[in-house]
Amino acid sequence: MTGRQVAVVGAGPAGLAAARAALGAGAEVTLIDAARQLGGQYHRTPPEEYAASRPEALQHGWPAFAKLRRELLGHPRCAWWPETSVWALERRDPGQQGPPRVHLLRGPADGSHRVRQILEPDALVLACGAHDRVLPFPGWELPGVFTAGAAQTLAKGERLMVGEQVVVAGSGPFLLPVAASLVEAGSRVLAVLEANPAAVLARGWSRKPWQLAAQLGKAGELIDFTGQLVRGRVPFRTGRTVIEARGAGRVEEVVTARLRPDWSVVRGSERTLAVDAVCVSHGFSPQLELPVAAGCALRGTPGAQFVQTDARQRTTADGVWAAGEITGIAGAPAARAEGAVAGWYAGGGSPAARALPALRRSRDQGRDFAARLARAHPIGAAWPGWLGPRTLVCRCEETDYATLCRAVQEQPGAAARTAKLATRAGLGPCQARVCGPTVTELAARLRGAAPDAVPADGLPAAGPHHRPFAQPIRLGELARPPEPPDAAPEHHGA
Amino acid sequence: MTARLIPAACDATGRREQPLRITVNGEPLDGIAGQSIAGVLLAAGRPSWRTGPSGAQRGLFCGIGACFDCLVTINGDRDVRACLRRAHDGDTVHTQRRDGAHHSGDQDASTVPRDSDSPDGSVL
Ligand SMILES: Cc1cc2nc3c(=O)[nH]c(=O)nc-3n(C[C@H](O)[C@H](O)[C@H](O)COP(=O)(O)OP(=O)(O)OC[C@H]3O[C@@H](n4cnc5c(N)ncnc54)[C@H](O)[C@@H]3O)c2cc1C
Ligand code: FES
Repeated sequence: MTGRQVAVVGAGPAGLAAARAALGAGAEVTLIDAARQLGGQYHRTPPEEYAASRPEALQHGWPAFAKLRRELLGHPRCAWWPETSVWALERRDPGQQGPPRVHLLRGPADGSHRVRQILEPDALVLACGAHDRVLPFPGWELPGVFTAGAAQTLAKGERLMVGEQVVVAGSGPFLLPVAASLVEAGSRVLAVLEANPAAVLARGWSRKPWQLAAQLGKAGELIDFTGQLVRGRVPFRTGRTVIEARGAGRVEEVVTARLRPDWSVVRGSERTLAVDAVCVSHGFSPQLELPVAAGCALRGTPGAQFVQTDARQRTTADGVWAAGEITGIAGAPAARAEGAVAGWYAGGGSPAARALPALRRSRDQGRDFAARLARAHPIGAAWPGWLGPRTLVCRCEETDYATLCRAVQEQPGAAARTAKLATRAGLGPCQARVCGPTVTELAARLRGAAPDAVPADGLPAAGPHHRPFAQPIRLGELARPPEPPDAAPEHHGA
Repeated sequence: MTARLIPAACDATGRREQPLRITVNGEPLDGIAGQSIAGVLLAAGRPSWRTGPSGAQRGLFCGIGACFDCLVTINGDRDVRACLRRAHDGDTVHTQRRDGAHHSGDQDASTVPRDSDSPDGSVL
């Protein structure tokens, strides 16, 4: 027993591994997630109310996950706090050591009677994951256009099929499991469209094949999905994407087109497909508001930023570790390896532990895998070619591309904030979570920043990840004094 | 056709169904226990329930609480993300619109801007 109190935020593959390792090191662990169930995005399971007798039917690696879940839920030193949102991290006063105070709201999502609590752990592990990144295209705001992650979440987590006739488009290996889930749920997947041409994929995936072998779990999974898709006769096309969604009040058809390697549209190659749903993902955006609030330095090029960690997964903020997709997009096995390293050290485990070299190796292989992914699935620099003047760049405020262009041309030297106020892009309810990277990238280009200023992988320039309220809180909740840490949350309406 | 729940009889996970009923703008809608509010709406054939500043229809986009497209009022609480909130029998849901009305204050720094029919101070 080290007696250290470790708070882990996020119960996805990274957070679960961190919790187990911290317990192994002898710490007391509080595992926190806004969701009702353990597992994060990867191990999305049907709700308890469904009383599923075969939940494993939809899961890769179910036995290992089920065992880990049992182990954590039954562990005397592990407290599992579901439906608990971290809405703020409060840094210590200058000169004081230790991680920030963790401000929590416990209760149903966005409810008004949640219990406020504050944790003051000895160590904080952030494992808050990512959300889909979707580039704008005409009609992407129509109902029936979903992120690929949404379709996946609804299929696995609620057994809901988003549409009868579906196109899956964007870039990245994630399109395959999503298409496989849709087929399993009963949708007709008309096509899976990977925007990058086969040559780019082949270069990225086949270079240094030994790296891939190290991520065999992942590769095996992809082969499995491909098998399912072939059996379901789903066409997989490269160098093609959805450039427009159309419909009256909801999506009724999409226009697809061939793309050159830089994602410029080959005019004349357009085809129209009747659909009732489109699922799109061009990659993932890490959820960086908590790391930024904690004071963690970021690495990478502006817009393609991740939390910077050292060999022990420690961030630059005292007492704060980071693991999983917030440190780089590399999939579940890498997230798990990072989580284990982070949890071990956060829990006060010895650097001489025998299991560590193997863990670190698998973490490093995960990082190689992330680099490979980025090479195989870059965002082509010419993608704005499919934007029209009326295409929304900010969904919340309905700022269109023409308005953004005008604002930048009228105030070429203006600070990003001025442009933001002029166009209102990024000021809506999502607080730029969706449009931030895109608007920043487009504005930089319009200001005449050399195309080279856009990172090679096409990811956007810096989006502000600074959100003092990491999750919405109501005035009434803020006004109530926080409860002592051991108070049980009320379950309103449960 | 549109979104629908996989019928329990052919669901590979072998799930059971416990019916529930919510109302949406006063109209009853049937769902099953465990669904999110957004799930009940989608499965009931409603692809959209909120309107954007221009009046255009919006429904569920990200499904995991990032985009705030799916906001509804539940049992009097405004601006609840329908994709995150579990449905409970008897929930009363009202749809919201965002008409582009802006309110003052340093929104950039702290507030989640409200839909137009939200009362003052509902959500920071
Ligand atoms: C919608 C979606 C679906 C995906 N589905 C798959 C899939 O089926 N297969 C696949 O290989 N990959 C999938 N991915 C990719 C996935 O991100 C990784 O495979 C893996 O889940 C990453 O693990 P993680 O632990 O880093 O983060 P996650 O699994 O994303 O876990 C992060 C957790 O942190 C919690 N959290 C975040 N912020 C807060 C906060 N402020 N307060 C409280 N809790 C918080 C979240 O609720 C979440 O449960 C999906 C990604 C998304 C966005
Ligand atoms: S659909 Fe994005 S927040 Fe609910």
